[in-house]
Amino acid sequence: MTIAIGLEGSANKLGVGIIRHTPSKPAEILSNIRHTFISPPGEGFLPKDTAIHHRSWVVKLVKQALKESGVKVEDVDCICYTKGPGMGAPLQSVAVAARTLALLWDKPLVGVNHCVGHIEMGREITGADNPVVLYVSGGNTQVIAYAEQRYRIFGEALDIAIGNCLDRFARTLNISNDPAPGYNIEQMAKKGKHLIDIPYTVKGMDCSFSGILGFIDMYAGEMLSGVEKRDAETGELITPEDLCFSLQETAFAMLVEITERAMAHVGSTQVLIVGGVGCNERLQEMMGIMARERGGSVYATDERFCIDNGIMIAHAGLLAYSTGFTTPIDESTCTQRFRTDEPLIKWRN
Amino acid sequence: MYDRDHTYEFENIIKMSNPQLFGNTASSKPFERILLKQGAEAHVYKSAYLLPTLPCLIKARPSKTYRHTILDVRLTKHRCISEARLLNRCRLMGVPCPALYFVDDKQGEITMEWIEGPSVRDFLNSALELGVEDTNELDNTKLGKLMEDIGRIIAKLHNIEVVHGDLTTSNLMLRKLEQETADECEALPEYDVVLIDFGLGQVSASDEDKAVDLYVLERAFLSTHPKASALFRRIIESYTDNSVSPAVVLRRLQEVRLRGRKKSMIG
Repeated sequence: MTIAIGLEGSANKLGVGIIRHTPSKPAEILSNIRHTFISPPGEGFLPKDTAIHHRSWVVKLVKQALKESGVKVEDVDCICYTKGPGMGAPLQSVAVAARTLALLWDKPLVGVNHCVGHIEMGREITGADNPVVLYVSGGNTQVIAYAEQRYRIFGEALDIAIGNCLDRFARTLNISNDPAPGYNIEQMAKKGKHLIDIPYTVKGMDCSFSGILGFIDMYAGEMLSGVEKRDAETGELITPEDLCFSLQETAFAMLVEITERAMAHVGSTQVLIVGGVGCNERLQEMMGIMARERGGSVYATDERFCIDNGIMIAHAGLLAYSTGFTTPIDESTCTQRFRTDEPLIKWRN
Repeated sequence: MYDRDHTYEFENIIKMSNPQLFGNTASSKPFERILLKQGAEAHVYKSAYLLPTLPCLIKARPSKTYRHTILDVRLTKHRCISEARLLNRCRLMGVPCPALYFVDDKQGEITMEWIEGPSVRDFLNSALELGVEDTNELDNTKLGKLMEDIGRIIAKLHNIEVVHGDLTTSNLMLRKLEQETADECEALPEYDVVLIDFGLGQVSASDEDKAVDLYVLERAFLSTHPKASALFRRIIESYTDNSVSPAVVLRRLQEVRLRGRKKSMIG
């Protein structure tokens, strides 16, 4: 039986999680708490401010997580933290906190790849055995499949991530960032009904979102400055809700398409969606239809595990720790660039 | 060639003049379709076109129910027409590829010439198994000439500013020529190299796209045929001799090799 505490802070969420692994039993989540830095409408979160947020909350969150879980410090086997990828300043703040805890309690450190954390937690929660993984968040858009001890990237966004595209469009429309810009776009999209023509940019298993963002930003900008836009067929006015709807329908169709291509390529029928955008129910629905037509199914989790959290770092870190992996304190750096296919996945066959 | 009505007209003329060609009923009952491959985007069938004796390949893009109907119709139509245009452009400019028979952009179906014969992938696998891997003697062998042909055809393709987008050895076919003058020692038949599957192709003058084409082919060679790096060198030599701008493309290929097809980026 092993227990790990995980610290995550690669973007605007600070998460602390405590997990217990018992051989041949599912992992137990003893605590999984999060505090999010929310910027005002029309603004994104800046690295400096986000780092300040993480530094001022990390002690409180660790204390609360320990209290909730009832775990005593001496029972903790290792401290896991996000090594990357992510924003530099927030990553550093959390790495400092993790090093401090490791020295204070005399525990080994385990640096974790953020993307691998998402994938392993998704597999653990859903029970998907060997799925094609669509990892979609504010900073990442990747189609991943496991082969020979690596999570290999089959396709990805060549410029900005899907979550970044949605977040920035939310800023254009001045939509609230609380609880998350993507969530608010999803709610507005439910009321949209007219599909406007948006560029569709898929190239093999890769895709691109910057042109789409540029297009819809311009379109929205014209609308906001008073130009009337009408649906070509019905002649009805195009609303901001229609824009959210059109953006989601187009961008998600691209994601489902590249995922399907990867599934055909590796011969898998399971698909697992992880990352913050993976909470989106329309994306889950579209992916479900595609997977069913291929005779398979979609696995997705809710916001507790989709959105960045500490428990996934604890989980992936503990898996690595169980194979004998630790990060010596003088190598406990963090990095903004850390590809999903870099870490050796020793705990899988 | 793209005009549906025109093609129907042509079919009707044939039907009127030769009703027996269409079976015992005068109505043109479609020929049987045999599903060969179900990819992510397209279903590929073998069937016959106009005459039961004329085999054809049908590439159908069934509608995807997960996406909005308007988007689905737009994409299916666009992709069908763009692939047909590429095939036509290649054909007109002398790049060997299947001839277009019929394009139904409403249904999203392309009917094209059936290319018989093994893929270069299958051919190389069996050739290398037979022990033709002594690549030092490439100059004199038909295998060497095959590589030259491949290099020349890719150069020709890139010269007319078409990139294939999925240039693997599976998408290079060997069409046997009518008069078989098989060499006795090697038993390699006379062939024509034919490029197939332009589903990911596009018109592009970019060095990057052309380099990626070559890189994808190189990876296909090295992964399926570990001994085949000498073969690929021959392709590059021949590409260099036939391309109008080999230097920039090959320089770019070096860069692509270093970073992989994917750029290193945040996340």
